[in-house]
Amino acid sequence: MSTPEGAAAPGGVLLDVRGLHAGYGEIKVLHGLDFMVSAGGVTTLLGANGAGKTTTLRAISGMIRTSGDIVLAGAPIGGKATEAIAALGVAHVPDGRGTFMELTVEENLRLGAYTRRDNPAADMEKMFTYFPKLRQRFRQQAGTLSGGEQQMLAIARALMLRPRLLLLDEPSFGLAPLIVREIFEIMRTVIAQEGTSILVVEQNAALALAIADRAYLLETGRIVMSGPATEIRKDEAVRRSYLGY
Amino acid sequence: MDGLLHQVFSGLATGGIYASVALALVMIYQATHHINFAQGEMAMFSTYIALALINAGLPYWVAFAATLVFSFAMGAIIQRVLLQPLANAPVLALVGVFIGMMLIFNNTAGWIFSYTLKPFPSPFGEGGPMVGGMLSPHELGSTCVTLGVLLSVWAFFRFTRLGLAMRAAAYNPVSSQLVGIPVARMLALGWGLAAAIGAIAGMMVAPVVFLDPNMMAGVLLYAFAGALLGGITNPLGAVIGGFLVGVIENIGGAYIVGTGLKLSLALVIIVAVLVLKPSGLFGKTLASRV
Repeated sequence: MSTPEGAAAPGGVLLDVRGLHAGYGEIKVLHGLDFMVSAGGVTTLLGANGAGKTTTLRAISGMIRTSGDIVLAGAPIGGKATEAIAALGVAHVPDGRGTFMELTVEENLRLGAYTRRDNPAADMEKMFTYFPKLRQRFRQQAGTLSGGEQQMLAIARALMLRPRLLLLDEPSFGLAPLIVREIFEIMRTVIAQEGTSILVVEQNAALALAIADRAYLLETGRIVMSGPATEIRKDEAVRRSYLGY
Repeated sequence: MDGLLHQVFSGLATGGIYASVALALVMIYQATHHINFAQGEMAMFSTYIALALINAGLPYWVAFAATLVFSFAMGAIIQRVLLQPLANAPVLALVGVFIGMMLIFNNTAGWIFSYTLKPFPSPFGEGGPMVGGMLSPHELGSTCVTLGVLLSVWAFFRFTRLGLAMRAAAYNPVSSQLVGIPVARMLALGWGLAAAIGAIAGMMVAPVVFLDPNMMAGVLLYAFAGALLGGITNPLGAVIGGFLVGVIENIGGAYIVGTGLKLSLALVIIVAVLVLKPSGLFGKTLASRV
């Protein structure tokens, strides 16, 4: 049943979530979610504002109390400390991007590799090939970057961890459509070259469905629909409510 | 003219002490947004430990090193035991803890070591000849020690992986956890480091002012003035501020207000900075987005 560390086979289950309940104090947000992320796959959680998308990612990262099972590559991670979950290879780009504003771009990238003991220089170089804009801003304070550049930095920082699972919280949030398209183009390259397993949360369903192979639809803390991304895209109700055509 | 120059150099020597304590204050402030009022008393207590070790027959530098280890552990334990449980407590609870610690350290030191003034040895020789007519050997030696401390602390935060992680944890605890930094441990490390820096300042100032439980009260006030003057959000600024306050104190004491009223200069600086330029000379003005 349990796979050896890091050995989830392509197509196998990397993250398996069952009966996930979570909330903030007295307020319950998630009411028993079941979903999974396959190894090497891109899964998306879609839903309106307040559906519980961000809360789901926070639950996986151990930022809030949860009940239910969260299993990463065969090992339960529910109840572990956030830094311990990161050390297991879960990189989380939170809402608001979580940039270290006072530190330089270089320092932000170095911090992304904190859980690794080896020299991060080679990976940093790789990030600059994915995100050429970051190379020009290398020594600059991260707080002085534009919104799009900060989102790129946040994703690059997360990739520096060499994650087994990348959690992306609304990468399109607050950005101009052109910038969003650029970032998703880069994400497509990253996915093709790195084979990173990704769980991406988005309000912009069309964008997310374009890069995902599997999708779940979240409504007020419950999953109301799931399936291959191609089928969800064709679904009449989803099209009307979330894709807007 | 020679007299003035002498006051400036001598001011830089004491300024180094203020700079060290100011740096300790800023380190804690960066991580917690609170001023540790007990920073001075912790340093005073460490200095008593050093004296006890020296009196027990240890060579000076061995006692010095052992005191640093003790102070580091004391700072880290205080953070872990007293402050970690108060991580989400209101500001006044923390102020209460800091003032409580200040009184406890002060009284415990008086109780164990008595309130009488005690001479503290200088590793650089007692009194002795002036170097170039400007600095006593202890002033020169202690300035070198404080400069060495400040430089190594800067290098530690600037160039090491651990130093970067500690800065990150202070700036942005949530993101730090997400990249795998154990934030609570970094805070304890920061407290340990600040306590050790304070201990060095205590051991360097004690030969000049003599050791008693209230030795650091004035030093803390000058250091706080220095930290504010340089900018409480900028460690380098706080260090420069500490040196400036040392010089201002010495010149003001010698030529303007007289030694009896020197301490009031610290208050004048504090009030002036808060009224005229609250962010200090090198600090950033922080605007919070709501």
